[in-house]
Parts: sequence; C-alpha cells; structure tokens
Amino acid sequence: MAKITRDEILKLAKLAQLKLSDQEIEKYQTELQSIMEYADILTDVDVTGTKPTYQVTGLQNVTRPDVAMDYGVSRDELLKNVPHREADYIKVKRMIE
Amino acid sequence: MNDSVPSTWDKWDNISKIASDVTKGDVKAIDLVNESLRRIDLATEYNSIIATTAERAKQRAVMIDDSIKAGEKVGRLAGVPFIAKDNYLTFGAETTAASNILKGFSAPYQATVIERLEAEGAICVAKANLDAFAHGSSTENSDFFTTLNPHDKTRVPGGSSGGSGTATVLGLAPFALGTDTGGSIRLPASFCGAVGLKPTYGLTSRSGVVAMASSLDCMGPITTNVDDAALILDVIAGKDELDSTTIMRDKQSYTQLDSDLSGKVIGVVKEYMGEGLDSAVKSVIIKAINDLEAAGATIKEVSLLSLPLALAVYYIVCPAEISSNLSRYDGQRYGFSYEDAKNLEDSYESSRSIGFGAEAKRRIMIGTYVLSSGYYDAYYKKAQTVRTKLINEFNTAFESVDFLVGPTAPNVAFEIGKNNDDPLQMYLTDIMTVAANLVGIPAMSIPAGDVDGLPVGLQIMATSNNDRELLSIAKIYEEVRSI
Repeated sequence: MAKITRDEILKLAKLAQLKLSDQEIEKYQTELQSIMEYADILTDVDVTGTKPTYQVTGLQNVTRPDVAMDYGVSRDELLKNVPHREADYIKVKRMIE
Repeated sequence: MNDSVPSTWDKWDNISKIASDVTKGDVKAIDLVNESLRRIDLATEYNSIIATTAERAKQRAVMIDDSIKAGEKVGRLAGVPFIAKDNYLTFGAETTAASNILKGFSAPYQATVIERLEAEGAICVAKANLDAFAHGSSTENSDFFTTLNPHDKTRVPGGSSGGSGTATVLGLAPFALGTDTGGSIRLPASFCGAVGLKPTYGLTSRSGVVAMASSLDCMGPITTNVDDAALILDVIAGKDELDSTTIMRDKQSYTQLDSDLSGKVIGVVKEYMGEGLDSAVKSVIIKAINDLEAAGATIKEVSLLSLPLALAVYYIVCPAEISSNLSRYDGQRYGFSYEDAKNLEDSYESSRSIGFGAEAKRRIMIGTYVLSSGYYDAYYKKAQTVRTKLINEFNTAFESVDFLVGPTAPNVAFEIGKNNDDPLQMYLTDIMTVAANLVGIPAMSIPAGDVDGLPVGLQIMATSNNDRELLSIAKIYEEVRSI
C-alpha cells in the first residue's frame, strides 16, 4: 500500500477533532502504516457478486409508539454531568472570535 | 488452582442455590453483600475493581431481607451479589469505562441488563476494571491500572473484561458481567479459568452500555460454571424497547439444558488448530475434543477458508464504528472538559486529546482513515463485503455440523508489558474470537485444562439463536472433561 504521510495523519487528526503531539504524529504514522498493511490481505479477495453486511439480525424498520418514556429522572439529575452550566443551559465556549 | 489465589474463603454456591437459601431465609442478603465487599477489600492488590457500590448494595440487601421477612415474593436472583464491568451504566458509583474522559460520570439511568438483574433481586456490589472503552485484550489499556491474572500476578487477565474475569475467579462475587465485541468476555474467561458467554448478537440489550462497535457489541456473564451462565442469560435475554437491534428470546428457559450429545456433530475448525497455535494449548484442546467424542458426539474437521481474513475485517469494521461512537465525547455535555480552551473548537480538540488514552486515539485514527473519502470503498466497504463471505462460509459449515470448536486464544495469559509496544501483536490475541462477533453467532469459552498452571479455554460456537443448545453442550463438556 501507499505510504501514510505526515500530512495525512494531520488531516485525520483534524477530522477526528484530535490535537496530536509531534511524538504522537510519528507514532500513529508508523502504527497506522503497519496495521493498514496487515489489512491489505483483503485487497485481492474476490468478492464478485457479494454484498456488504452492515447488520446481522435481519431486523428492518423497528418501530415503537412515539410516546415519551418516563425514566423518573429530573432535569437537574440529567444536567448534573454537564461540565459548564448556567441555570438550565449548557454553557459552551464562543464559536466566532 | 495456584496458591497466588487467596484460599482463605469458601467458594460461592451455585447462583440458584444462593438465591434459594436467601429466599428461604437461611442466608441473609446483607451477609452475602458484606462477605463480597470484605473479599473485594482483601483482594485490592489484583486491581480488578475500580469502585464499590457498597452503600447502595447494602440498602438493597436490607430491602430484600425485609421483603422476605414480610413474606413478599422475591426474584430468582434474590440477594446474589455481582460485579459489573465499568462500561455498564449503574447507580451507586461512577461509570467510567476505565477512561479518564468519563471519570466522575454519574449515570442518570441504568443499563437494561442491570435493571433486569435487579428486578430478580441481584445486587451489584462493584464495578470491574477493563481496557478503557473495552479497547484491548489485557486491561493494560485501562486509564487507571492493569488487573493481575488470578493465577500469576506477573501476567494479564485477558481483556477487555479482565477485571470481571479476575474478580469471578478470585470469588469476589458469584458472577460478573462482561461485554464482548471481539472476544472481550471469552478471552478473560480463557486466561483466568472461568466460563464466558457471548450470546447471539441482539439477544442482550446494549441500552445503557458504553458503546464500542454497535454492530458487534454483546453483553454476557462471566461465571464459574455453565448453570450460572445459563441462569444469568435467562434473566437478561430478550427484546428491549430501548435497543431496536434486540431480538426475540427463546420461549423455553435457557436453564433447561439437553443432556444428550448423541447424534450431534462437532466441527473442529482447521484454521484455528494450525499455525500460530501454541503446541501445549493445542494438546489441551485435542484432549477436550476427545472428551466430547467419548461423550457421544461425532467429530469432523471443518475448514473455513476466509477465517484468516477475519481479524483484518474486524480491525477495519470495529475502529470505524468506534471512531463514530466516540465522537460524542466532546467535553460539552458530560465527561472531561478542558477549562482553558480559547473557543469551542479548541474545547472539543483539547478535551478529547487530553481525555482519551493512546489506544482510543489509535482506534479513532484508524476508523477515521478507513471511513475517509478515497479509502471508504477500499477498506470499509471491502471489509463489510468480506464479512458477508465469512458469514456465508459459517452458514455452509453449520449445514453439516451442530457446533464448531477450537481454542479461545492461541496461547495462555501473557506477561504484563509483553505486547505493549506492538499494537498489531496485541490485536492478534483476538484472532480466534472475532469471527463470532462478525457473524453474530453465540460463543462460549469453558475451562479445558492448563499449561503449567495457566488456564486454557475451549471455545464452542453455535448458530444464531441456538444459545440454549450452546449452553447444553458446554454443560455436558463441563461434566465429562478430564482435567
């Protein structure tokens, strides 16, 4: 397979919302290369006429009545894990400088 | 059992016996809970437990004892203490999935599996260690600490449900819950010497379990015997409104096991018995196959040509789903949040980069790579197509055999630190377990003997929805095995 470049690692990190240190960039470049080379054993497998499998249960269009379930959990309890909060709002950092 | 296992306490009775003693009033639930907590306290050096749910467990025990005194009906698991892997949402302690990013997380609701166990009177006493987010085969990827193997403290317990494996074999509670995405119940069962059951995909609800790879994740028990595994499955199995991928359970109880192997055909998987398999492990497995034959089964060799591709398929499909599932950890609604972020984007990136450990980041990177434009068809779609080939081969094999058997792992528990510098080598530990997840079939690991005191697990697989048949053969093997 083609070499995974440093730029590609940076692009992936950006897509995945990760900041990587120089050391991590180097490490993941080497490791991804070796893992993807292992995955190359799939390249030459003949799959003519075979469709991909995305789920194994065969279930289709599973529905239930559109009724809210009562978990007995208060708003306060649901918000207790929020890191930054103001009243009943989740507070986030500014988006536009 | 090796003398590194504390031998100062008795083995637990079978779960049904414990519950019946509690129901009759012969044993108090609070005494069982206290005994379990005492053992947990004495076994801290094994690092199998992240936190106890002591206060809530004692309250529940007293409530159950009071109900019994009042002559009220209690469930099938009345007073039975258990330990949940820390990726199950539970009350009474934090749910962290052994990750720094979820440290401090207090679950607002409980997993369906936990709710069903509690409805029958079981009592969660503690949360077990795992590889963070269940990413690993040794618990060395836990963001907190590595669990030690109950038979040799210099070795890993297997993973990712390693805390559950060690805790069960040490006897800290009668059973523990694990999760199995690519072998995470069966591998620790094999390495620790316990019974591990990965049910048919969809038979146990994923609701309230920290998501890893949603098309592969299965919930199941780690126990000391097959009857216990059957009883726990019988309590937790079946459709759940909160998980639309759940399937109908068997109408018959999973505890009603067949005791006759005659007429049954067992296929020995050729690809699992060849290159890469430790020769001493192989001898134990051959002995196990001979035991099954002596018990009346017909043995034949089966070849699944695509099996050597399963691990490559798994390490594309699984990280793809992981990278998607872990995108919810953004530092805004729950979990670790970086305080000094300049703006929202910095908050996302810094929270994730500091909060996730090395393995989570590695899998997010692989998953993002195989899903990114230009590589999607070559890797992700190709892997899902080879997955179909694998499923077809298993279906064909099951036309002429009732069960497939082989080792659970190519070797016994390895030394702590041995595979740390080579992620690919670590991934190869799962080579015999991932196929059952990709295909969706039920699989178990049952202790089959040992190599120099280190346990070896026999893996048995059955067709989808034949979990009862799988438990039946496991039970027969348990009775006839010559250890």
